[in-house]
Amino acid sequence: MAQQKLLHFRNIRKCFSSNTVLNGVDFSIEPGEIVALVGENGAGKSTLMNILFGMSVIRDSGGFEGDIEFDGKSIRISTPLDAMSLGIGMVHQEFMLLPGFSVARNIKLNRENLSPTLISGLAGRNYRVLDLDSIVREARASLDTLGIDIDPLDTVEHLAVGHMQFVEIAREFNKDNLKLLVLDEPTAVLTESEAERFLACIKTMAESGIAIIFISHRLDEVMRLANRVVILRDGQMVFDENIQSTSKMQIAELMVGRKLDSRSLVNADRIFDDADVVLEIEHLQVDMPGERTRDICLKVRRGEILGIGGLAGHGKAGISNAVFGMYPAKGSIAYEGEPLDFGMEGEALHKGMAFVSEDRKGVGLLLDESIVFNAVFTEMLVHDSYLRELGPFSLFSMSKAENRVKTMIKELDIRCASPRQSVGSLSGGNQQKVCMARALITQPKILFVSEPTRGIDIGAKQILLNYLVKINREQGITIVMTSSELNELRSVCDRIAIVTAGKVEGILKPEAPNVDFALLMSGEGVKR
Amino acid sequence: MKYAGIARVKAGLKSFGLPRIVILLFILFLNMMLFVLDLPVALTFSQCLVRVGINIVLSLAMAPCIMAGTGMNFALPLGIECGLVAGMISLQFNMTGIAGIAAAMLISIPFSVAAGYAYSLLVNRVKGSEMMVSTYVGFSVVALMCIAWLILPFSHPSIVWPIGKGLRTTITLDAWYDRALNNLWALKLWGVDVPVGLFLVAGLFCLAMWLFMRSKAGLMMKAAGANPKYALANGIKVDSMRALGTILSTVLGGVGIIIYAQGFGFYQLYNAPLMMAFPAISAVLIGGASPKKISILNIVLGTVMFQTMLAVAVPVANSMIPEGNLSEVVRTIVSNGVILYALSRMQSGSKE
Repeated sequence: MAQQKLLHFRNIRKCFSSNTVLNGVDFSIEPGEIVALVGENGAGKSTLMNILFGMSVIRDSGGFEGDIEFDGKSIRISTPLDAMSLGIGMVHQEFMLLPGFSVARNIKLNRENLSPTLISGLAGRNYRVLDLDSIVREARASLDTLGIDIDPLDTVEHLAVGHMQFVEIAREFNKDNLKLLVLDEPTAVLTESEAERFLACIKTMAESGIAIIFISHRLDEVMRLANRVVILRDGQMVFDENIQSTSKMQIAELMVGRKLDSRSLVNADRIFDDADVVLEIEHLQVDMPGERTRDICLKVRRGEILGIGGLAGHGKAGISNAVFGMYPAKGSIAYEGEPLDFGMEGEALHKGMAFVSEDRKGVGLLLDESIVFNAVFTEMLVHDSYLRELGPFSLFSMSKAENRVKTMIKELDIRCASPRQSVGSLSGGNQQKVCMARALITQPKILFVSEPTRGIDIGAKQILLNYLVKINREQGITIVMTSSELNELRSVCDRIAIVTAGKVEGILKPEAPNVDFALLMSGEGVKR
Repeated sequence: MKYAGIARVKAGLKSFGLPRIVILLFILFLNMMLFVLDLPVALTFSQCLVRVGINIVLSLAMAPCIMAGTGMNFALPLGIECGLVAGMISLQFNMTGIAGIAAAMLISIPFSVAAGYAYSLLVNRVKGSEMMVSTYVGFSVVALMCIAWLILPFSHPSIVWPIGKGLRTTITLDAWYDRALNNLWALKLWGVDVPVGLFLVAGLFCLAMWLFMRSKAGLMMKAAGANPKYALANGIKVDSMRALGTILSTVLGGVGIIIYAQGFGFYQLYNAPLMMAFPAISAVLIGGASPKKISILNIVLGTVMFQTMLAVAVPVANSMIPEGNLSEVVRTIVSNGVILYALSRMQSGSKE
């Protein structure tokens, strides 16, 4: 540790309004060191990187507390340009390349070698011409140093997806002043052999003295690549150790953390008949942007609460959306043994299923309309309820609907001034309750709820979860609950299916140890 | 308490909207000028009432497409042309009086449904830029119909050119149903002619639309327009709703032009329908509708305000500046200005 530290986060703390997302994060990186930054979704990794890059979200939400030291000096980074001029680079999950340009041009973009001409002598620097030879030469040098076998003259759009990732790396590496490189899940899109080469490439960079922050969910890679591991959990830094003194199991355990109180697992011991399947999903492939599933096979047993968990972007949200025809999907779904035509609008609703979407404001509600209208809308459509015939028109009867909704408001404890208040004026938790009311008023046999507690306060969270358990027990409604919060799933579900890379990686009981869940999420199934 | 009262008035004014207040004050000013300049007040008011009555169904045509989320129907000329074809058929077969108007309306419906359906196929392929596309559809169909008017096999001597081929540009309805609805049960109150029959018919259409907006189908259409994903999650076929909205709007356009023509006394063919969407759109925008939200109140209030303003502004302007014909200029400036204003408001709104 005699070496000068390159970057030091000192006691970083960040709140979004009343919500603390980072607290007491304090670690440092030396030149040439590879630090793996590990944590669940929402643990605070992206927020920390946003702070490092001076993204405007941070400034707009009131800045952060704490101090960043770079090269021994305390610095304030207020724009991404500041970060770049300091020599901090980033490779994003999404590619930031110009598809129509050659590899070499992409690598040297905006830092091109220029040669003066007559006109530029008069009109200024911006009118110099590109020195293509030296651009290609330098790009090739960077690629060679990193051991990447790509022709700098190829056009980027013709490259394999994996190769684009290499071009991104080469671009950052080519910057003369690069001192620190952040890699955000760089291997997510790579095949296994590409990932191997990628890791080798990273090692080469580190050997040339560049410090690397490596964000990944693949614990295998972390173990092989990193010198040190930093684990964030709920915004707290819970671990900062050299890789030699830890193990994959320990990291997995720490990532998920939070010892669960066994009393909170309300549905750990219920027994169901494995043969009494109410919904059977086979080889489901869903084309939902950001949540693609590749091959989902899943059986839902009558009367259970089935949890679907997994990391964001791995496809867990695709399942319920496909059942309700929200996104194009292939495969087969059988409901009560009958095939379900899930591509047809409203098919699942008419068969007795209901859906609470993860996108509350985008899909779940008409924000300008009243609570009553939102709550009974699905029921009105599916069962023609709350209508009054008048000649050729079947008119919606607000007064009939209002009575029904009033009882739901009481049951779910929706805090509102009047049932006719517009849902846009309600708080997030109460909006979620309205979504739930809308689904339940149709008296479904299966209820799909996605992210029921996202962005709502703890009080409303508990009411919603308790209510799910209650309707499951009292009314026998089968529930399929998708959530990013593992503990929430474990507290109410009978079984939890973990979706990783578009497939069901495994199904666990809620009382299964943390390690098992973490390993399934990182794609190293302990199939049982 | 006093302050609360003021606050409520303020909130009320705010929801009514500054542009509407300005326009109302302008109308008030114009009405005062009528007396100041000693113009024929009763005649002007009679014209106001007729204008409102004959335009309201055309304004009403904006409702279904806004509900279905395709924005203002700039392709209203499509429906208008269907209505004109039906009108020509009614003239060809000598259908006269109220029955002739009713027949023309009925005949227009199949044409409008077919044209509206074909147009809806296009609308569902250009999601997000419906209003721009519809503007050009409106223009194109007028050009196309200019050819059709020349070659369609109409033969009634009073509607075709005496020499050569094709229909006349303007056809007076004296011999068929000129002002038949206007004069039905008409009353004279303080010298002002009140076209009761016309208002009853217009009111009937408004009532039907009001009921439709509250019916299951109307609410489905509204949901599809307000939030297509929400609609899909509730099993609504969004594209069918958009098609239905487009068809209804086209049908109302067709019926609307027949009511308009009888009250006006002429059918105008060829280039006349080119700009006819604009006054209807301006009217509902003045009434407080937006390309995303509309109510019957917006339509009625808007049509009354817009048509009153035009009916009163023209004689006032002409008597203040007697040189040249200002009426057309005033109308163009007002109707296009209002559309421009409303569309710019919509852009800023969508960013929020």
